[in-house]
Amino acid sequence: MDFSITQQFLQQLINGISLGSIYALIALGYTMVYGIIKLINFAHGDIYMVGAYVAFFATTTLKLSFFPALIVSMVVAAIVGMTIERLAYRPLRKAPRIAILITAIGVSLLLEYGGMLLVTPQPRTFPALFESQVYTFGNIVVNSQQVIILAISVVLMVILTFVVQRTKIGKAMRAVSFDTDAARLMGIDVDRVISMTFAIGSALAAAAGMLVGVYYNSIDPLMGIMPGLKAFVAAVLGGIGVIPGAMLGGIIMGVIEAMVSGFISSTFRDAAAFAILIIILLFKPSGLLGKNVREKV
Amino acid sequence: MGKNKKELLSLVACIALYAVVQSLIMLDVIGPFWELNLILICINVILAVSLNLINGFTGQFSIGHAGFMAVGAYLGAVLTVKLQLPFIVAILGGAAAAGFLGFVIGLPTLRLDGDYLAIATLGLGEIIRITILNIPYVGGASGFMGIPRYSNFTWVFFATVFTVFFIRNFINSTHGRACISIRENQIAAEAMGIDTTKYKVMAFTIGAAFAGIAGTLFSHYFYIAHPASFTFMKSFDILTIVVLGGLGSISGSITAAILLTFVSAALASYPEWRMIIYSLMLIVLMLYRPQGLFGNKEISLKIFGRLMGGNKRGNTQGN
Repeated sequence: MDFSITQQFLQQLINGISLGSIYALIALGYTMVYGIIKLINFAHGDIYMVGAYVAFFATTTLKLSFFPALIVSMVVAAIVGMTIERLAYRPLRKAPRIAILITAIGVSLLLEYGGMLLVTPQPRTFPALFESQVYTFGNIVVNSQQVIILAISVVLMVILTFVVQRTKIGKAMRAVSFDTDAARLMGIDVDRVISMTFAIGSALAAAAGMLVGVYYNSIDPLMGIMPGLKAFVAAVLGGIGVIPGAMLGGIIMGVIEAMVSGFISSTFRDAAAFAILIIILLFKPSGLLGKNVREKV
Repeated sequence: MGKNKKELLSLVACIALYAVVQSLIMLDVIGPFWELNLILICINVILAVSLNLINGFTGQFSIGHAGFMAVGAYLGAVLTVKLQLPFIVAILGGAAAAGFLGFVIGLPTLRLDGDYLAIATLGLGEIIRITILNIPYVGGASGFMGIPRYSNFTWVFFATVFTVFFIRNFINSTHGRACISIRENQIAAEAMGIDTTKYKVMAFTIGAAFAGIAGTLFSHYFYIAHPASFTFMKSFDILTIVVLGGLGSISGSITAAILLTFVSAALASYPEWRMIIYSLMLIVLMLYRPQGLFGNKEISLKIFGRLMGGNKRGNTQGN
């Protein structure tokens, strides 16, 4: 009895980690954008949907294999993200923040329903790009999709960390996020940096979209809503604006969700995600890895 | 004396407006489709004005209003269907339950500021919905069915008038002034001896209670209360009305509720384009008027003056 519970625990842990790494990829975009312009970009979940659809058409219509399709979908999503920022958010940079938030909701609706018009609301079956292999360790089952999701997520996160910590643009991003005005005085082109942040965040979301397509084999124009919201919760959990926090938050979120659906009931899965959010906000609003900032008078 | 006279006048104007619209409905000039939309407008006005009290006047950014609406919708339905109580009891019960929940939720969460409060209320709204979804007594995921249609234009209209009058008078009272001072500068308000927590919770509770009324009216018009009607998208809809009309403008909320409901109704025959035009309109309006249609001003155009009931700042124009 005890043995089987341990096994189920390990199995859910593995499922949770692969789901969580997808949340982490989406959460990174949220957290980077929030860190730099303090905007909860509600359209981010829909960029993830755009990424999934681009990958779908790249693999079916253009007959690309996995990696070229991944690159194509990331590039297209990056362009979409930059365009949205340029057209919808940049003109409002001096406006009240609530106005940008409403615009973000508008963009999100536009992507969802524009998507429905363009690609029809019916869910589509994502092609199997790999021969699914199942590895068993004792009674624990790991399939090849989970391994690929985890591997790609880790690689992307390593690249992101490198970009943010070691390159010039990364340094500029950190500077803008720390103090926009001071960064501008130092000769940093703030608009370009913000644009790049959207591009990188959107590319990561697109990768997550493609990986979800591969994992669940099904995509639809409204697929971005719930994962988007949960990824956002993950970003808050880890400490919004903190990049390692988004990765940690995403993984924790995925694992908790898998545990709740494995041990309690899958109908309470979403409630658990939000309950964690409330608890974190009440006891440590800055998130697990966030720093406490006292507001000055 | 002059103020009382104005109040009376605006009440008479409201009754006149009601008489005109009600007779048009009776004479079938306004068919079922537009009657439905009139009722939706009224419900949206209640929701938007009550959310405006929290977001616009007190400056506490809440995006979980649909959760309170759900509580009102379900509790009202339980009272009429399961307990066979009269409709007015259901409305008051829905308001009381939503208000109580608002109080219980508001007390701990209103310590949070800005975005964090927004996220917390978003999460709480979803938790309320998912909890209802998991209660078989009220129908679970398939919704609470077989609710009698007690709501009609009369109920909904007078509930709306009551809401607008109540909230406007609240804002013009000592308590309302305290709420506005919290929005303007919380630290200064505290320094002037205002119990900020008390007034934040008060505004939140009142806002939630009116959302509960709207919920009860809603479920008793559509025969059904379904968890999918109260997702965070519904909260966004209400927030959109409030921001579009202008944070801190009751007449703005009323205008935006009318405008958005009409746009939505007019586009009903093009379902695939409806949300696209709606979202584009939202983006364009925000780009060109980020402070909302009326900013935080009230307008005195006659038709809104009637609903508003002769606002004190009524002569200030929208721009």
